[in-house]
Amino acid sequence: MDERMAHVTLIGNLRQFTGGVTEIDVEAATVRQLFARLGEKYPDLLPHLETGSAVAIDGQIYQDALFQPIGPHSDVHILPQIAGG
Amino acid sequence: MQEKVNDAPGSDYTYVGTRPIRPDGVDKVTGRAKFGADLAMAGQLVGKVLRSPHPHARIRSIDTSAAEKLAGVKAVITGKDFMDQPSEFIPAGEMMINYRDVVRNVMAREKALYEGHAIAAVAATSAAVAKQALKLIKVDYEVLPHVIDVVEAMKPGAPLLHEDMYTAGVEPAPKTPSNVAKRIEFVLGDVAAGFKQADVIVEREFTTKPVHQGYIEPHACIASVSEDGTADIWVTTQGHWIVRAHCARLLGWDVNKIRATSSEIGGGFGGKTVVYLEPLALALAKKARRPVKMVMTREEVFRASGPTSGAHVRVKIGAKKDGRIVAAEAELKYQAGAFAGSPVQPGAMCAYAPYDLENVKVVGYDVVTNRPKVAAYRAPGGPISEFAVESVIDELAGRIGMDPIELRLKNAAKEGTKAAYGPKFGPIGMIDTLKAAKSHAHWRTPLGKNQGRGVASGFWFNIGGETSVSLSLNEDGTLSLTAGTPDIGGLRASLCMMAAEELKVPLDKIRVQIGDTGQLGYNFLTGGSRATFSSGMATVEAAREVMKEACKRAAKLWELPEDAVEYKDGAVRPAGPNAGKHNPMTLKEIAGIAGKTGGPIAGYSRINAHGAAPSLATHVCDVEVDPETGKVSVVRYTAIQDAGRAIHPSYVEGQYQGGVAQGIGWALNEEYIYGADGKMQNAGFLDYRVPVASDLPMIDTVIVEVPNPRHPYGVRGVGETPIVPPMAAVANAVANATGIRFTDLPMSPPKVLKALDEARAKGTAKI
Repeated sequence: MDERMAHVTLIGNLRQFTGGVTEIDVEAATVRQLFARLGEKYPDLLPHLETGSAVAIDGQIYQDALFQPIGPHSDVHILPQIAGG
Repeated sequence: MQEKVNDAPGSDYTYVGTRPIRPDGVDKVTGRAKFGADLAMAGQLVGKVLRSPHPHARIRSIDTSAAEKLAGVKAVITGKDFMDQPSEFIPAGEMMINYRDVVRNVMAREKALYEGHAIAAVAATSAAVAKQALKLIKVDYEVLPHVIDVVEAMKPGAPLLHEDMYTAGVEPAPKTPSNVAKRIEFVLGDVAAGFKQADVIVEREFTTKPVHQGYIEPHACIASVSEDGTADIWVTTQGHWIVRAHCARLLGWDVNKIRATSSEIGGGFGGKTVVYLEPLALALAKKARRPVKMVMTREEVFRASGPTSGAHVRVKIGAKKDGRIVAAEAELKYQAGAFAGSPVQPGAMCAYAPYDLENVKVVGYDVVTNRPKVAAYRAPGGPISEFAVESVIDELAGRIGMDPIELRLKNAAKEGTKAAYGPKFGPIGMIDTLKAAKSHAHWRTPLGKNQGRGVASGFWFNIGGETSVSLSLNEDGTLSLTAGTPDIGGLRASLCMMAAEELKVPLDKIRVQIGDTGQLGYNFLTGGSRATFSSGMATVEAAREVMKEACKRAAKLWELPEDAVEYKDGAVRPAGPNAGKHNPMTLKEIAGIAGKTGGPIAGYSRINAHGAAPSLATHVCDVEVDPETGKVSVVRYTAIQDAGRAIHPSYVEGQYQGGVAQGIGWALNEEYIYGADGKMQNAGFLDYRVPVASDLPMIDTVIVEVPNPRHPYGVRGVGETPIVPPMAAVANAVANATGIRFTDLPMSPPKVLKALDEARAKGTAKI
């Protein structure tokens, strides 16, 4: 793993839009940049990132937080958004 | 008995963690509080809905001409009065909404997809005239075959609800339509390899029936539309900004044209997060040019508003002899009702969340059936999957010969555990709740004849979201706090207490109200156990803004730099040795001269609240099974849950107790019963049996406090987790009492008696 890069894991069905790839290292300082970088590499994934996905950065889940910082060594998971009752 | 263990640091707070009298209590017990059906407007009409008698039928035509001619009828609407919507999932707050489905759910278009589906609506001068008008509406139906059961709906050749529905999440993409809207999959590690290491494997299949949230107050609203296009709607809802958004979209109006006001709410539990009557009332009011009030009957609530899914679940868990779980699988099939969107995804994510596991695979299916579209219900999806998992874990403990709490402790998730759904947990209270259960007197008390004891744990995520709060310092030094999340479980009390704690002013100096959609910026709804967390976070921010401004005003008066003034103990004071001697100024004094020092003082917080943290629970349940009738009585129940921090412990305990009561109903009695004709046979509280006070023991609670470090007062959110463990806790207790593992809910007397008779015949029954 490149030390400047966050390690990103795609959870659930998102692998369908990456040709089966579930783990990838990405250089991104924010969630917005992360989505953009992933969208460049996997265009079919982008709409699913922009709507309906949450991002967990080092364990903390963020929903709709485009400018949330991502550290250079962060452990990032992209997972479905949660609502509730 | 209600207890608290391991109090969070900061227990020396003045207000937070205390039990003041509920600010909403007096109006509720005196009947002064106004609920959805309580508001009247001059000239109001009564709106009524014509509903489909068929579970599945194509609508050939609707003739409303005779109804329109009836004296007293002022407006009639059908699906044609709403613009069709494209099929696209778009964000609505934190939910994904397909308005193509929403517009068809509020009023059928091509097909009626469930018994009770709205077909047309009228507004008339009285309920009697409205009902008469409904009878005059002629609908030509082509009745179609229907399907209710989730497993039946998945079979090839099952009646298709949507001819254009192709299962998403399957590769290669299917070429034929089906009732399976989506397949999802969550995988961690290698389950096949894990099962090879297992000494003991337990695999079981479970079914749960659809159950309703059972809120006492039916859906109700009153709408008025002016000739200038502006509209007002008063509504019982968990989120009036959501009502505004959905209605504006369905009617094609600008959002700002609609002012939505939330009434007091007589229960929601997730079921009041969607719209049913609201767009109809607005459309009728516009057409009639008079206010229109609509109130569902209880029967309509059951037949036409969203219950939660019925489901079929398969769970397989393997463990070593020492109790360490080495592999866990689940297959979840959830009914979505008439349109896609069951809570199978959160159900799949929750299933194994309480545990620290290396190998997990959960597959879920979202399946449409001819039932009302499901709505959220407390921890949507979680109770179903976790019922199955917690039942199998109990059986696994029995097979290994291990105490079920010990087995859970051996596998419990903790801070740093990689959750089965991906990310690592921060501080969580799973182990704390298990230890509290183990040390509780309940766990050690001997059981009586025909009694059994069960334990089960549960998990829910909790969320934050968009939130706005304003806090105004009034001219006499009192404060008015306006929040936008409807108060369902004590929000006004908890916000008042957090504001008072920040400002160090007495509670009676702060009045909290729930503002309408014209008074604040956007607020996502009260759901996801977010209101105390999110609006509390915003309240603290607004209070700090007020304090900062108060300091600024005093600094001006004292001719000091702002950093030479501090807010402490309810007053502004000079800070530091060089600030000089000035008498402290109370908020009242600052407020009194606010006009001369810069104008009104207020804090206004607009945030997207992040940092929500999950809440875990462990419940212990004792049941007594009547060997003659099969009736299961819950005789003792203890709910232990991590609250983060309980702002007002009585409300937290109320949430625990309410969730348990609903979970016991789900476990023992509640179910939608359908005839072969696809019609619900028990659409009323006499036949749909929710637990009443005489059915339940006093539900004991233990509040565990493992503070959420991302909230200024450590709040986690507590409203949903309490409904997760009860079904398995009850089932495990029944298994302990009878020696029979029940896998089909509800465990109603005929079902239990039949199983007992069969077990007695085989000589395997314990009673």
